[in-house]
Amino acid sequence: MAKKILLVDDDPDFLYQTKLQLEKFGFEVISADSQLEAEEILLKVKPDLAILDLMMESEDSGFILSYKLRHKYPDVPIIIATAVSAETGIFFGLESDEEKKWINADLYLEKGITAEQLNKEISKLLKL
Amino acid sequence: MDTLKILIVDDESGIRSGVMRSLQHHVVSYPFMDEDFNFELIEAATGEEAIKILESTMPDIMLLDNKLPGIQGTDVLEYVKNKQYEIVVAMITSYASLDIAVKATGGGAFDFISKPFTPAELKASIDNIVKQLYLRRITRKLKDEGKKTRYQFLTILSHEMKAPLNALEGYLKMMKERQAGDDMSAYDIMIERSLNRISGMRYLIMNLLDFSKLRMGKKKENLKKINLNQLAKDAMITVQPLAIQKSIEIFLHSNKELNLTAYQENFELIFNNLLSNAVKYNKDGGRVDISVREEKNNIVIEVEDTGIGMTKEETNELFKEFVRIKNKKTKNITGSGLGLSIVKKVVDDYQGIINVESIPDQGSTFIIQIPKPLKTE
Repeated sequence: MAKKILLVDDDPDFLYQTKLQLEKFGFEVISADSQLEAEEILLKVKPDLAILDLMMESEDSGFILSYKLRHKYPDVPIIIATAVSAETGIFFGLESDEEKKWINADLYLEKGITAEQLNKEISKLLKL
Repeated sequence: MDTLKILIVDDESGIRSGVMRSLQHHVVSYPFMDEDFNFELIEAATGEEAIKILESTMPDIMLLDNKLPGIQGTDVLEYVKNKQYEIVVAMITSYASLDIAVKATGGGAFDFISKPFTPAELKASIDNIVKQLYLRRITRKLKDEGKKTRYQFLTILSHEMKAPLNALEGYLKMMKERQAGDDMSAYDIMIERSLNRISGMRYLIMNLLDFSKLRMGKKKENLKKINLNQLAKDAMITVQPLAIQKSIEIFLHSNKELNLTAYQENFELIFNNLLSNAVKYNKDGGRVDISVREEKNNIVIEVEDTGIGMTKEETNELFKEFVRIKNKKTKNITGSGLGLSIVKKVVDDYQGIINVESIPDQGSTFIIQIPKPLKTE
């Protein structure tokens, strides 16, 4: 059975493109364009993995969602994908265990990585 | 009450105890300060001892005798300067020596207290130092806040500029790799979305230009007589193409010509932003009503639309930079999230107020009131 990925991003184009790419790799994608919508989905569905944008309704929506998701389904791997990067001086790398605990995500990804890279990272987290 | 630490460095114990007595119950208060200050006193008999104390307890103020048994007062001063410690230093000098004064001032001493001094003279000097200290702290705080705001602005800005580029790049790659097959029409939606993102980016750039114009400050020679009715009409012409696309009618209501002296581009910004919003967030076949009038001592500009409206929570967020109301209804409307924050800045500059009344699915009314005569400083 295809693995279910919850994809949350307020950028409709990122959602559209990433969904298409993930589906090509054989994943089933449930998408949401806000933290709120994602929370509603999580009431009914347990995904196998989640990809979350950072800035949505508020600038830390991704973290909040990540926290809630971890609380409800501790075993679901979480990827935070964002365009806020090292260039702006804000960099959320998940280097130390302490940072991982705080951010509550398994992986931090820069938006704009290739579909193949994304697929590779997902497969690693899902141990495929 | 806040307590400031004063370190007294003098080899004469009489001076030290005199200072202690004079200042232990002294309180400094100025009307512009949020709180009063009293003092905790620490003594050092030599420069060496003073440096040891500096390393363990950082004082706020140092009263420093120049003539000391070991290293000199000016050496201690230099130590403080090299370490970039934020201490306000006042030199105690037994005779007004110009040499020492010049050296000490260059070394960062703020004040001189010449021996012998009376308790009143000492207190006056301390009062002055506290004022200086307070102002320094306030200035630093404001600077830090300014830096933080600019930093946040840049962070969000780079995010806002990168997002459309990422989207465009994504679509172009998909087309390049013919991900939807060889039939061109399969890519129509991607092209449509790309054009949409480009127009969003154009909004952002135009708004940033407006923003920087505001920041450049105002030159008196650019003040001129403007006619609000005319500016409203000009803005109507500007949004006409978009209004025609959505079959929206725009009406201007005004019972007299309103002439005032102001910066024309400010009022162009107000009209253009409010009007283009009223059209963008309207329903097809809707209407926009602009009213320009005088009410008591205010100029009133009102723009009413029959659009999608907002909830109370949404209106509270509306005037912040880069805030865009995100919901199903606004999904396909492009904007930068800067327009209304710019309008608010302009209105603030004239010491006016901007309000919004809105009912979801019925429409919004933006009301600007600017006191007359216009503040053009």
